[in-house]
Amino acid sequence: MRIGIVCPYSWDVPGGVQFHIRDLAEYFIRLGHEVSVLAPADDDTPLPPYVVSAGRAVPVPYNGSVARLNFGFLSAARVRRWLHDGAFHVIHIHEPTSPSLGLLACWAAQGPIVATFHTSNPRSRAMIAAYSILQAALEKISARIAVSEYARRTLVEHLGGDAVVIPNGVDVDFFAKAEPNPDWQGDTIGFIGRIDEPRKGLPVLMRALPRILAERPRTRLLVAGRGDEEEAVASLPAELRSRVEFLGMVSDADKARLLRSVDLYVAPNTGGESFGIILVEAMSAGAPVLASDLDAFAQVLDRGAAGELFANEDADALAEAALRLLGDPAHRAGLSARGSAHVRRFDWSTVGADIMSVYETVTAGAAAVATDEETGGGTGLRARLRLARD
Amino acid sequence: MTETLIWIIVVLVAIGLYLSWTAGRLDRLHARIDAARAALDAQLLRRASVAQELATSGVLDPAASIVLYEAAHAARQAEEEHREVAESELSQALRAVFAEPQQVEAVREAPGGVEAARELAEAARRVPMARRFHNDAVGAARRLREHRKVRWFRLAGHAPFPLAFEMDDEPPTALMDRAA
Repeated sequence: MRIGIVCPYSWDVPGGVQFHIRDLAEYFIRLGHEVSVLAPADDDTPLPPYVVSAGRAVPVPYNGSVARLNFGFLSAARVRRWLHDGAFHVIHIHEPTSPSLGLLACWAAQGPIVATFHTSNPRSRAMIAAYSILQAALEKISARIAVSEYARRTLVEHLGGDAVVIPNGVDVDFFAKAEPNPDWQGDTIGFIGRIDEPRKGLPVLMRALPRILAERPRTRLLVAGRGDEEEAVASLPAELRSRVEFLGMVSDADKARLLRSVDLYVAPNTGGESFGIILVEAMSAGAPVLASDLDAFAQVLDRGAAGELFANEDADALAEAALRLLGDPAHRAGLSARGSAHVRRFDWSTVGADIMSVYETVTAGAAAVATDEETGGGTGLRARLRLARD
Repeated sequence: MTETLIWIIVVLVAIGLYLSWTAGRLDRLHARIDAARAALDAQLLRRASVAQELATSGVLDPAASIVLYEAAHAARQAEEEHREVAESELSQALRAVFAEPQQVEAVREAPGGVEAARELAEAARRVPMARRFHNDAVGAARRLREHRKVRWFRLAGHAPFPLAFEMDDEPPTALMDRAA
């Protein structure tokens, strides 16, 4: 099958959506499908052979953080050319409501379109205003996928209609088979995420840390992620700062090793999460997980069966739960075992097959994807004349 | 005077273009419903065929075979207005027959059983998918058709008012369990 995937966010900036698309594309290529990914990227960044650049992205504040998006006349032209050259059987647009390539592709294409909704914003004024503008483009989508039940609910509330739930995929074995690093073992707590992004929750963990260290002084906190390290520990008493180790940005392999090594993985995110891929990765690596009780996290952790939950933004609750877990190796082993079993449903072999089922459902009997002008369908002039005759 | 006339013409043309664009949107939605309905029919037919095949294969006990055969046969033969009920009954029959994981295991152990169980699981998973896509398209078309501009100018032409396909499509859990 010839599959076109549209990535709305810059390929050169790492992010959940980008990784998801990369893994999905590579999974389908391994199965022998032809895949082309259209993504914003600087012209000089090296791209994998299956990625087509849609040009430079512009930094714009979106969804609570700064996203790099593509819009405008030139991008629209590149989208049309890509659609025309690709002659895809199906195109898969990610985040079609973000004002970027996804929306442009939706606007320009005609035929079987699948869309995945990653974010789950709380109902906002902007969304309501955008609704009527988006509607005409979103009507073209033949199949909608939401990454979690929570994302589906927001989608139904905001845009009406319905979606099937297919979670994000993870290469479970990559994490399960990683070699633990002895330097990162022995009374360690792990945290992975942007340091300077308050929504990732490091400040909550920092508030909880003094209580954890008071009871278990040998504990170390390992932090992997970009951001200002000085600022991150500023709230901590000076004598405790040595218990926090910053590893900076880590490679995928090191991330897997880190998750295999730590005694406890903490995800104190305070909001804006629609899925929580990092929890799935931690469970794949067999790390016991302690996460804030966001809707999306609770769902990924099977309502607390595959990982512990604490009240969001409550540093005391976090400290208490962390101490309870760190002091009870048997309980942690149980969590780890349940997590490893639970996480199989997020493996690419399952998720990829489900996404392929969606493709096959929408392409059955349908014509291939084309640009609007080629078919003259939809809003084309010929269609209007044909309708006028009816 | 001529200026007013020109303005009136400009406004009329603009309204005309807007209405024709809306008609185009509606046309596209109807085409999407047709495609989604065809996909749903295909998945339902596939599910009924695999179920019927399993029922006549002799892998299941005679009572289960009869229940499944009856339901699958009724689903395939159902007239349009009884289709939703017949397909729902097939879902119930499948759930009843494959209530126990042991039953699924028994099917898998029979010659060609792994293949049959996989096909049935795939079909049972795709029916709710296709139905959701179909009803999503129906919902979008209905919302547009209920709009004043569409009703007043009869932009929908003679196309019938789209109806959602309502049925019980809950798949049997024992068959869906792929965690192992």
